[in-house]
Amino acid sequence: MNYNEFKKSFIEKSGFAAELIREAGEEIYIKTNHENYLDTCLLLHRGLLSPVMIYFAEDNTKDLGVYTLYCGFLGKQVKKWIFAVLDVEKEVKEFPSLSKNIVSAQLFEREIREMFGLIPKGSPDERRFRLHEEVWPEGYYPLRKDFIRPEKTGSTGKEYVFDKIEGEGVFEVPVGPVHAGIIGPGHFRFSVAGEPIINLELRLGFTHRGVEKLFEGRTVQDSLKLAECVSGDSAFAHGLAFTLAVEKTCGIPVSERTKYFRSICLELERIYNHVNDIGGMAVDVAFSYPSALASIIKENILRLNEKLSNHRYLKGINAFGNCELALSPGKQAEVFKVLEQAEEDMKILKEILFSSVSFMDRVDTTGLLRRKTAEDFGITGLAARATGIKTDLRTVFPGAYMKTSFMLARQEKGDVLARLNVRFDEVSVSLRLIKEFMNLLAEQKSEEKKDAAVKEGAGVGCCEGFRGPVIYWVKLDNDGKVERCKIVDASFNNWQGLSYCVLGNIVPDFPLCNKSFDLSYSGGDL
Amino acid sequence: MNNIYNIAKSRIQKGVVTEELTLIGEALKSEIQKKFNRSLHIREVDTGSCGACESEIISTTNPLYDIQRFGVDFVASPRHADALLVTGPVTLNMAVALKRTYDAMPTPKFVITAGDCAFDGGPFKGSYYIEGGVSKIIPVDFHVPGCPPKPIDLIKHILLAVKNIKVN
Repeated sequence: MNYNEFKKSFIEKSGFAAELIREAGEEIYIKTNHENYLDTCLLLHRGLLSPVMIYFAEDNTKDLGVYTLYCGFLGKQVKKWIFAVLDVEKEVKEFPSLSKNIVSAQLFEREIREMFGLIPKGSPDERRFRLHEEVWPEGYYPLRKDFIRPEKTGSTGKEYVFDKIEGEGVFEVPVGPVHAGIIGPGHFRFSVAGEPIINLELRLGFTHRGVEKLFEGRTVQDSLKLAECVSGDSAFAHGLAFTLAVEKTCGIPVSERTKYFRSICLELERIYNHVNDIGGMAVDVAFSYPSALASIIKENILRLNEKLSNHRYLKGINAFGNCELALSPGKQAEVFKVLEQAEEDMKILKEILFSSVSFMDRVDTTGLLRRKTAEDFGITGLAARATGIKTDLRTVFPGAYMKTSFMLARQEKGDVLARLNVRFDEVSVSLRLIKEFMNLLAEQKSEEKKDAAVKEGAGVGCCEGFRGPVIYWVKLDNDGKVERCKIVDASFNNWQGLSYCVLGNIVPDFPLCNKSFDLSYSGGDL
Repeated sequence: MNNIYNIAKSRIQKGVVTEELTLIGEALKSEIQKKFNRSLHIREVDTGSCGACESEIISTTNPLYDIQRFGVDFVASPRHADALLVTGPVTLNMAVALKRTYDAMPTPKFVITAGDCAFDGGPFKGSYYIEGGVSKIIPVDFHVPGCPPKPIDLIKHILLAVKNIKVN
């Protein structure tokens, strides 16, 4: 579908003017004005059945005197990213809020407010998100181009206000930021009446390192290294999404062979993480035996990663227009052996877990996330597929997956068991896919490395990480350096899914719900 | 059911011990025996790492490394800990939490940092929202380099730390 068809089916029916700015590959940018902004976004939201997937601002005040807002939706059927673009004048600094009509925009708007000082008019939540009131003074907006770091940070004397739940016998359980396990930092505020949780408020941002600002002014090579450090367990997915964005922008050709290697890496990453999470769920119900087995499977895959790429987490293997694993024909047999062993171990792991009545009792109907809630909050990836939503970027933009037997794994119920089942299914699909990719590789000839030229432009890069979509929007300046880089990890919106799924469950089931989502603190906080 | 357990058991036993690991492990065990009376308890704190270091620290406890058999245990509270293992570049939001965790530990205590970020900010050096290294907040005794450090490197460096630490 091109813009003209899109215009016919969407925009003309609505009767207001929207102007095409740019159409390139899988992206369509539509310009709107303050008056039409909300309507356009609503039209895209409802017409494409897509939550807000990516929503960000860009500082163009120096050249154009405006901040530009981009609100991106995913057209699953039309296989396009569609952006509503709005210019916000430097003097005005206000734009119409979407969050009352499109809930999935809410966190993004809080982000835009604190990073740019632009005010979403009519937004229901005006609190800061990552720059905590306690340490960051008012009036400093990091992603503005003229931002200067405040001289004094820390102890501003202010405090964050949690939602207060009041009533007889209601009490609060604060947890974190330093947790009991070996895990990232975040603050959870439970309001409970007796055992069941009646409200859970998450306060995140503890791992905010200012990654988006760090990208600015870097060369693409340096930026790739940084992208691989955004979320450690999705290092390859983040690196790949960034690489794809740059390749698309600069028109760097990518061979089939490279695509196969990349897909193998992506699936390896998915396997070790899913296995880790399955083991984690067993730990959280104090079932240590299967968790030990899961950790062995994970370790074996990590060792395989190291053999193939010299890094246990597949860092540094990806490059622009190129990705090469050490997969000589002799090594293939070794890889097959590891994969078969993993397959066998997964079978045993599944049998142990599913034949334990007490384990099944803990996971069945626990942490129920309704499909409607998931759709409203823009839950993506694995957590969405466990509620019955059919979204997987591997089916929307199949690329190398076109030639394989890839099947989307899906469950309907949305509880911990559903997410566990999706994980098991995805692992077995991934194991099969890697074998298929290796067979496809055998037909390909090796190639020489080419140097890629970088040029000005902007584009989206995305891939399906193990949690869900990892989306990068990258703009390069005329020196080939990064001017703006927006990152959306599936964790960002999915944290809200966690805070809803625990309602009515008892506090001891929280770790189980948490692990069934297994979200990244650093990926969400950036 | 028994059958399943046996199969899995054989998987765990296979390849458990590589020679290097046994050597380091035995040395670690005897040092801990001498200096810490059988067990070294470590509390881990993430001050903004990407999660890869955590993953590797957890890997040291899997049956293939099984650091616990050498006397090292990861505990849930700083009050139970002899040592603090810190990862991440220390974000502004985590600075106070890190200080409080350190203060909550009973003395004598020592601090190990793991990963390039914890040393000086690593890839995040120059950011507006990091302190740039754990040593800016609390005294650091030992550092484990790597991005992330491998489990075997972590075990090696814990051994080095235990060897060099002075206990009265």
